[in-house]
Amino acid sequence: MDTDNITIDTLRHDFNSPASLNYRKWRHIKDVVTRYLMALGGISVIFAIVLIAFYLLYVVIPMFKSAEIERIAAYSVPGGSNSDTLFYAMEEQREVGLRVTDQGQAIFFSTANGEIREIFDLPIPAGTAITTIANGDFTQRMIGLGLSDGSALLFQHNYKVTFPEDVRLITPEIYYPFGNETIPLNVLGDPIEHLSIQYDGEQATLLAHGTDANIKLLNLTKEESMLSDEIEILRENSLITLDTVSVVSLRADIEQRELYVADETGNIYYYDISNKTNPRLVQKVTAVDAGISITAIEFLAGGISLLVGDASGQIAQWFPVRDAENNYTLQKIRSFNKQKSAITAIAPEYSRKGFVAIDESGEMGIYHTTAHRTVLLEQIDNHALNAISVAPRVNAALVENENKEVQFWHLHNEHPEISWQSIWGKVWYESRDKPEYIWQSSSASSDFEPKFSLTPLAYGTFKAAFYAMMFAIPLAILGAMFTAYFMAPKMRQVVKPTIEIMEALPTVILGFLAGLWLAPFVELHLPGMFIMMLLVPLSILLAAVAWEFVPGNVRNMVAEGWEAALLIPVIIIAVIISVHVSSPIENMFFGGNMPLWLSREMGITYDQRNSMVVGFAMGFAVIPTIFSISEDAIYSVPKHLTTGSLALGATSWQTMVRVVLLTASPGIFSAIMIGLGRAVGETMIVVMATGNTAIMDMSIFEGFRAMSANIAVEMPETEVDSTHYRILFLGALVLFAVTFFLNTIAEIVRQRLRNKYSSL
Amino acid sequence: MKIQIKNWFDSGKPFVWLNAGAVSVSVVMVVGLIALIAVRGLGHFWPANVAVFDYYSAPDDSPIHLMGEFVDEEKVSRSRAGNPDYEGATIQRNLIKTGNRDISGLDFRWILDAGIKNESFPEDAMIVERREWGNLYGFLVSMDLDGKQFTAGDDLWQKFQQTITDNNEIFDEIRHIEKDLIGGINYEMERLRLKQRGLELREEATLEKIKALDDQRNVLQQEYNSYTGELERLYGILNGSSFIARTAAGKEVKVDFAKIVRAYQPNAMNVFGKMSFYVEKLWEFLSDDPREANTEGGIFPAIFGTVLMVMIMAVMVTPFGVIAAVYLREYATQGPTTRLIRIAVNNLAGVPSVVYGVFGLGFFVYFLGGSIDQLLFPESLPAPTFGTPGLLWASLTLAILTVPVVIVATEEGLSRVPRAIREGSLALGATKAETMWRTVLPMTASAMITGLILAVARAAGEVAPLMLVGVVKLAPSLGLDGNAPFLHLDRKFMHLGFHIYDVGFQSPNVEAARPLVYATAFLLVVLIIILNLTAIRIRNSLREKYRAAEQS
Repeated sequence: MDTDNITIDTLRHDFNSPASLNYRKWRHIKDVVTRYLMALGGISVIFAIVLIAFYLLYVVIPMFKSAEIERIAAYSVPGGSNSDTLFYAMEEQREVGLRVTDQGQAIFFSTANGEIREIFDLPIPAGTAITTIANGDFTQRMIGLGLSDGSALLFQHNYKVTFPEDVRLITPEIYYPFGNETIPLNVLGDPIEHLSIQYDGEQATLLAHGTDANIKLLNLTKEESMLSDEIEILRENSLITLDTVSVVSLRADIEQRELYVADETGNIYYYDISNKTNPRLVQKVTAVDAGISITAIEFLAGGISLLVGDASGQIAQWFPVRDAENNYTLQKIRSFNKQKSAITAIAPEYSRKGFVAIDESGEMGIYHTTAHRTVLLEQIDNHALNAISVAPRVNAALVENENKEVQFWHLHNEHPEISWQSIWGKVWYESRDKPEYIWQSSSASSDFEPKFSLTPLAYGTFKAAFYAMMFAIPLAILGAMFTAYFMAPKMRQVVKPTIEIMEALPTVILGFLAGLWLAPFVELHLPGMFIMMLLVPLSILLAAVAWEFVPGNVRNMVAEGWEAALLIPVIIIAVIISVHVSSPIENMFFGGNMPLWLSREMGITYDQRNSMVVGFAMGFAVIPTIFSISEDAIYSVPKHLTTGSLALGATSWQTMVRVVLLTASPGIFSAIMIGLGRAVGETMIVVMATGNTAIMDMSIFEGFRAMSANIAVEMPETEVDSTHYRILFLGALVLFAVTFFLNTIAEIVRQRLRNKYSSL
Repeated sequence: MKIQIKNWFDSGKPFVWLNAGAVSVSVVMVVGLIALIAVRGLGHFWPANVAVFDYYSAPDDSPIHLMGEFVDEEKVSRSRAGNPDYEGATIQRNLIKTGNRDISGLDFRWILDAGIKNESFPEDAMIVERREWGNLYGFLVSMDLDGKQFTAGDDLWQKFQQTITDNNEIFDEIRHIEKDLIGGINYEMERLRLKQRGLELREEATLEKIKALDDQRNVLQQEYNSYTGELERLYGILNGSSFIARTAAGKEVKVDFAKIVRAYQPNAMNVFGKMSFYVEKLWEFLSDDPREANTEGGIFPAIFGTVLMVMIMAVMVTPFGVIAAVYLREYATQGPTTRLIRIAVNNLAGVPSVVYGVFGLGFFVYFLGGSIDQLLFPESLPAPTFGTPGLLWASLTLAILTVPVVIVATEEGLSRVPRAIREGSLALGATKAETMWRTVLPMTASAMITGLILAVARAAGEVAPLMLVGVVKLAPSLGLDGNAPFLHLDRKFMHLGFHIYDVGFQSPNVEAARPLVYATAFLLVVLIIILNLTAIRIRNSLREKYRAAEQS
């Protein structure tokens, strides 16, 4: 008995000893910790994946936000309210403002609080008064004063930036490029009622209107004398006679080639003044509705477009448009109707095609012309607003109201050039003769109008996808039908992985072959390529017919389902023949050079890297995708369906078309969707195998610029957070959305099909 | 007969044949493509014979003497050939590589086959590979070694080869000093500069600390001086010798030995000589740095960059992909949410790779990298450290791109583990974590490896996202070297796929670069096919194994 007890005791293990308990606890902790770690890891990976879509959105969204403005300060006009303001300006750092008064003072002040920094008394001759003011292009900071004795004074406001003790110090200066003496303009000594000046660093053009119907034109050209350092000023002048005396405004563009004169009845006279001694009236056009007068007129940055604001609050953009005979006419391009009271002043941005307008009811509107977008419209005051100046970096504005109060505003307006219209619609760009879809994101000049139309890029993407699918769908689906249904199993084991390996081939290799080998080859054997498209199917049919005449015992040596292997030499021979007859046929029908013949006889442009080449290369890339998925769908059609059909006497081809294909068609559809998704997003092939010009033409012999290629080419060179950067992100987001959509459809269809198969 | 044809069509046989034809066309295209790349890529290293001939561009013109290798030929119509004075509706043109870019401006030219007269293959025709200006084709005339003249004689060629070998040894030594030793010193100097800048920024720059840094700098400077002395001596030896070669046109050119990589006489080589030359060239291609704007030499940095980038990616993608798959399959409650996530993960595999590149550039490089620079590397600002495309961000971007592949493969593996095995383990008292770790995961190991291999294969071939997040045409230094911390995740790198794009499309001399592009492409294709075949094989054996496990 005792011995038995002992053995049992030693065998019995104490599961609740402290060591066991601890161990069990430790195991439990490990289990729980693993559970949480797994959950954390899993969720964070899924989160990271989801992040992609949200990050793209996060970068894109700021483009569509409206501008924000913030009032920093308001103060009574610097320099006292006993004088009237003629003009405001601001320097680049938005620190110093300039106010020019009718008493002939240039007052520089701190924008933040209105404190006066410096006052310059302009050299106005005694006994004369300032009757009008004119400003040249804002980038030149040139101002002209028209005086009551019929002369004008020109000066520039400049800012010197220094850093004593690492603190920025801005010192304003007044500079007189043509001397500090007044320049006589009107011979008769009339007061100058209206003045226009432009100065480009070398020559200045002054246009003055007095009380009669004449406009005096004076052109001053600085020329360095050959012998001494002295600067000589050449003068040219002429007289323009109007058919009206009621001039409202004169404006010459920065190039000093065009003059616009607005009169009280709303007419604009468009003069060509490129020949300074012989100005020419090009056109007289009524710019506003009857009964409404023009209240403000200003050039858009670059000096091509004219902005015309009227008493009803409408602002219209006009520019000269060239017609078929090379004649220019001033045309109204677009208008903004958001403001409801008379526009008092328009301030254009310095380098973008945007502007700020103020009106009599105290509203301020920020606009962009290319995008045809009102970025902001806000009632900033209850009083009428008189004058406005925008800082060169468009981050601040000075506004004066009728109570002679100056308000200093900060502006945040990063991406005004984007609107639905400017991205997807036709836009009438400056110097173009009609609205167009154009992608041109950058240029050398600073006042260039960026053309951000994604339409040609989307068009290019779908053109590429279209030709690729034209090539891939027949080959892939017919091939899948044969492989899944007719092919001998042994051969299938080799063929399927071979074609699927194609899917893994880096597309950079396909692109490089397409661009460097296929494109020149196709150009050289163009007729051969078309012959090949006919000859290959024909030779397959001929081989099939020939096979019928092969004696039975030879035929039986080849097991059923090996037809594809037999056809390989046939196809190779057909291809070789097509290539070899190409040159003779070219000699016979196309004068020895088919691309040349196409452009000469048919008017079809031929690019070496064209859509046909892309179709082949990208088709090659999507064939395995479509093939593999549709082969799976056809192969997994339940066997009892086919055997039933065959038992009822249908031939195997009838079974294939009427039963198998019909059952598998959702699977084939999803294969095509996934293939299309791949073609839409493919990058390297389109970068390398096309010319990447953003044209919109369906021609198979011309190239295109695809969205993905555009991103790959332009992304490395954009400035972070610029509009261009964000619009490329928008392109990526569009690609993401399109492929995600296509793949989701495919996935859902496939899920349904799987359920259907399992229920059959 | 008519009825027979109609019957034949009704039976559907011609359509079946057309279907078969579609398969055959696809197979011919795949095999043809790989064969094309292989022939053009591998053929480049074979030393072709050098022909010397008189060329008449028109029958009555006076001939010019040419020397070169035949590279390509094509038959074109008369008008495409520019209506030459030779007979025939189709004209054969040959592309010959004549080299001597410094003399003639071009190293390739198309000539008319009919204009070639008096063709010969002299045994002493020599090809000299140079470090600049491409190949030289000509005959060796004489040598000048430190003032000693050697002219034609039996052992001139042997002496010539010996000099080249000696000079190459010196050249290798120079390169070692310049790149590794002086490069290392420069790297250290830069680190000291950043250290000092960092101290200044934190306002901890005490005099003794600065002094310590200066001392270190002085030591480095002395080392540097000793190396430059050695370099001067070596350059002196190298520059003392030159040789004179005569071109086919009879012009004599003097070339410094310092600029020579190798010289050979292909016409004098027998098959075995050519074979050993072939192996030598192939080895150079795989192991050497590129020369002459990537159109000559090897692609070692590109191979190295690709492998390093893919390895870092694999280290990141495997754990995360596996964890996500395990979570989705084993821990998460199965329901509409997991189904939705599964569809989303599947779909992400189909999102264009360039979109990942855009995301990587915006999020990793500018956002994350910019923040890291602000926090950890303020001393080197405004020059970015991680706020610029580089190895780490490229690997991370590709990891995100390939993580769906790993998730899908691992999930498939997990779903194939029979339920009985899990239940058995749990019934024996194992916790869920233990069941996972000891039984389920080991059984899925090969599925994970399949996923990883497929991910690696995809990553190795991607180019579009890399163009945005870190690849460059010529990286001055590798991502892994002897300078601490050895692995430089912030550096830019070269990549095989991008190398193909860059050399093929951005190179100034496309004709000369073409064979190398084919060779690079072939290498990449072989690499990717091997990876994929391995993955397919592992997957198949895996399926067999589970079938056995389920049946037992």
